Amino acid sequence: MNASMKKYGKIAYDGLITNNATFKLVLGTCATLGMSTSAVNSFGMGLSVTVVLLLSNVIISLLRNVIPNTVRIPAFVVIIATMVTLLRMVLEKYIPDLYDSMGVFLPLIVVNCVILGRAEAFASKQPVLESAADGIFTGLGLTCALTLIGIIREFLGSGSFFGIRVMDFKIGFFTNAAGAFFVYGICIALFVLITDQIDRAKRVKQARLLRVPAGDAPLPPTDAQTEVK
Amino acid sequence: MAATILLIVISAVFSQNFILVKFLGICPFLGVSKKVNSALSMGIAVTLVMILATLVTYPLYTYVMVPLGIEYLEIIFFIFVIAALVQMLEKIIQKLSPALYRSMGIYLPLITTNCAILGVAELMLVNDLSEVVAGAAAGITMNLGFALLYALFAGVGFTLAMVLMGGVREKLEKLPVAKCMKGFPITMVAASFMAMAFYVFALL
Repeated sequence: MNASMKKYGKIAYDGLITNNATFKLVLGTCATLGMSTSAVNSFGMGLSVTVVLLLSNVIISLLRNVIPNTVRIPAFVVIIATMVTLLRMVLEKYIPDLYDSMGVFLPLIVVNCVILGRAEAFASKQPVLESAADGIFTGLGLTCALTLIGIIREFLGSGSFFGIRVMDFKIGFFTNAAGAFFVYGICIALFVLITDQIDRAKRVKQARLLRVPAGDAPLPPTDAQTEVK
Repeated sequence: MAATILLIVISAVFSQNFILVKFLGICPFLGVSKKVNSALSMGIAVTLVMILATLVTYPLYTYVMVPLGIEYLEIIFFIFVIAALVQMLEKIIQKLSPALYRSMGIYLPLITTNCAILGVAELMLVNDLSEVVAGAAAGITMNLGFALLYALFAGVGFTLAMVLMGGVREKLEKLPVAKCMKGFPITMVAASFMAMAFYVFALL
């Protein structure tokens, strides 16, 4: 039980942080930039990608021993395209607002590199439950990142939060294309900065744990001291 | 007529540029734009596949899928057509010109999963030209000629953005940039400034 918890924990941590599709791998950028004009849109896009990712991962994992290796990429693409077609029908019927705002980016989920990437790197080699977990967590990582960018752009561009007006200002820059690239770039930089800091703190802590029992060796410098240097 | 054609050209290349305004084909824009030469090869390959894909998908949709009432299968059909075309093109180039294959061939498999190709095929499925080309007079029906023209110049716009970015990145490599901004972040910020320049065309 503990071992399996650890395994799923690792899948979750990889999907959300270390291999975050949007900020670390920088995959599926078209959808990220195109759909992040408002928080609701980007949340909807993230969830749609998550659903397709989950379904395609499960199906590909189930069929992993049936699909011949030489035609695996076309087979994966057909499976993903079928899932997107189904999603499109469901959205058109039940959430027409989201369907309209997604426009051309809805069929383009088929060529979202994240989905094909996870199919190739994970689902084609791993059992069903792990693949499902990988799909959910990779999708959630992507959804969080997209929603964050959406919130920032919506707030700065029109002063509202999830469509609710908070402040009375508008910076047009953030609603158009240039702002999308800018906010995305800054978000990646901040994500890299924060994860690097966490990694360094972890390493310093480990080094201390290893050194202290060995005697009165001096402690490794803390973050603050290295910054000063 | 001439005005419509001019409008399509300006719209596809500048004011509705696929990369910098419509955000289609960002993956190759970030991945293959480290050098001007490779950016140019990728741009030409994409343009070629865009025209061929439109040449097949537009008639397929209008004359086969609509009469049969199977429009809902468009995504599956289109991705299949594009994958087959790319594969065919790769084999033809390999046979005809090994030198060209060496310089362009490695980019061809990447094109199958390029949003720009599927994007142009999907965008062309409108009834009225003004739905795609902003500023065109309403009432001009979409046809294969306009679709091909749009695909060609969308490809030219794509190549233009790729080559410009290649030039910018060659210079960026040599600059001292903060560690966390290296790589993707600084490229995105550079792309943001380029997008601002292209935004001006949309204001005209």
